[in-house]
Amino acid sequence: MQGIDKRGDPIICRCNDVTESEIVEVIKKGFTDIEEIKRLLRIGMGPCQGRTCIPLVMRIIARETGVNVDEITPPTSRPPIIPIPIEVARKAAE
Amino acid sequence: MKKGYEVVIVGGGIIGNAVAYYLAKEGQKDVLVIEKNYISSGSTGRCAGGIRQQWDSEANIRLAMGSVKIFEGLEDELGFPTEFYQGGYLLLAHTPEHMEWFKKRVELQRSLGLDVRLIDPKEAKDIVPYINTEGLLGATFCPTDGHANPFYVTFGYYKKAQELGVHYLIGKEVAGIEVRESRIRAVILSDGSRVEARNLVNAAGGHARDIARMAGIDIPVNPQRHEILVTEPIGHLFDPLIISFKQGIYFRQELNGGVLMGYGDPEEPWSYNVRSTSRFLFNMTKKVTEVMPILDQVRVLRQWAGLYAMTPDAQPIIGGVEEVEGYYQAVGFSGHGFMVGPKTSELLAELILTGKTSLSLEHLSHKRFKEGKGKIEKAVI
Repeated sequence: MQGIDKRGDPIICRCNDVTESEIVEVIKKGFTDIEEIKRLLRIGMGPCQGRTCIPLVMRIIARETGVNVDEITPPTSRPPIIPIPIEVARKAAE
Repeated sequence: MKKGYEVVIVGGGIIGNAVAYYLAKEGQKDVLVIEKNYISSGSTGRCAGGIRQQWDSEANIRLAMGSVKIFEGLEDELGFPTEFYQGGYLLLAHTPEHMEWFKKRVELQRSLGLDVRLIDPKEAKDIVPYINTEGLLGATFCPTDGHANPFYVTFGYYKKAQELGVHYLIGKEVAGIEVRESRIRAVILSDGSRVEARNLVNAAGGHARDIARMAGIDIPVNPQRHEILVTEPIGHLFDPLIISFKQGIYFRQELNGGVLMGYGDPEEPWSYNVRSTSRFLFNMTKKVTEVMPILDQVRVLRQWAGLYAMTPDAQPIIGGVEEVEGYYQAVGFSGHGFMVGPKTSELLAELILTGKTSLSLEHLSHKRFKEGKGKIEKAVI
């Protein structure tokens, strides 16, 4: 099936290949803050900048820790919005 | 949380977590760490993760060499991955003045036992085939320098300290420090609650001056924004972290393939501002392609910023102070706190527990500013 790896474990972060069970595992180790999970698993640090995975991760945290999803603040979004070639950035300065 | 602790540590970065761990490891488990955001949310989690021993001042060289020793065994010690990787540091010189400086530095570093050497542009190109050697006069290379993942290292210390019994208060901010009869008594939190403390460790990074001031101590530590960007992951291009003093930049390739880079802007004012700018994006990309033209084709993925906690001589302030008993600090690392964090923290824990340290911290004491001592560390980028 598409989006499901061999173990039947859904891939949540497609940029960095992180599955649902990997996220659940770090939550069980006590890393429940989305900022901590981002830094441990590199979720939201890929080319999509978290557009695909962050809402899913927030729902997994809510489910595993019993907090309301509205209480979870998404991580700071970082520029640029889409990846840009160094050559383009460099020439923009001139 | 208990009513009081033997040691209260302010700051959940590399220093705060590592000091907590070394205290607990040596048997002092009555420790509370207070972090106002989340673990590694400040300068540690925003740093480039470089680990360099090639410094200008003896104190920095010794702290960095001691830290590399610790980093080498840290994964096993903490039972946590650190992504520690010794790909070396390659420092580039483009002027005769820099060459003279490099020669002196290598001499001092070698006298302290560091495996470092001055190399010619050809050898530099052998180590990093993609560097532009035009105008390059020479370089220094230390193969045991490298990098580690700042999040993993900090989380590793955090988890191990917790396992050993250290308490954590995360999401609470320190609003005041109670000092009576020249002694630390308690910490007041922003919600008004009070935690008694016999000893206090200021490990507040960019906010260290504010914390010191609460205890009635003025330290010359000022926050300054430094920006970083990282590219998309690409195939393996080079091993060492590269510093070019001509452009004032550093860059390295992460284990996942992304190229991480930054530079210090001398015009940057003191402030708590950690916003990213397009100015940095434009200048950084221009400077880095002067040193490694092939990077032109790579895409920039993300940029962010963090605070350097700058001191007048760009060297940290470590130890206690005469004015207030029970007050300790490890602050003002001027952009290299992560790489010297392990040894610094081990020594500070030793100082708190025994009143002395196995490696002298005298040159890094707060007193040096009053006495007008202190040699300026010039190798900061």
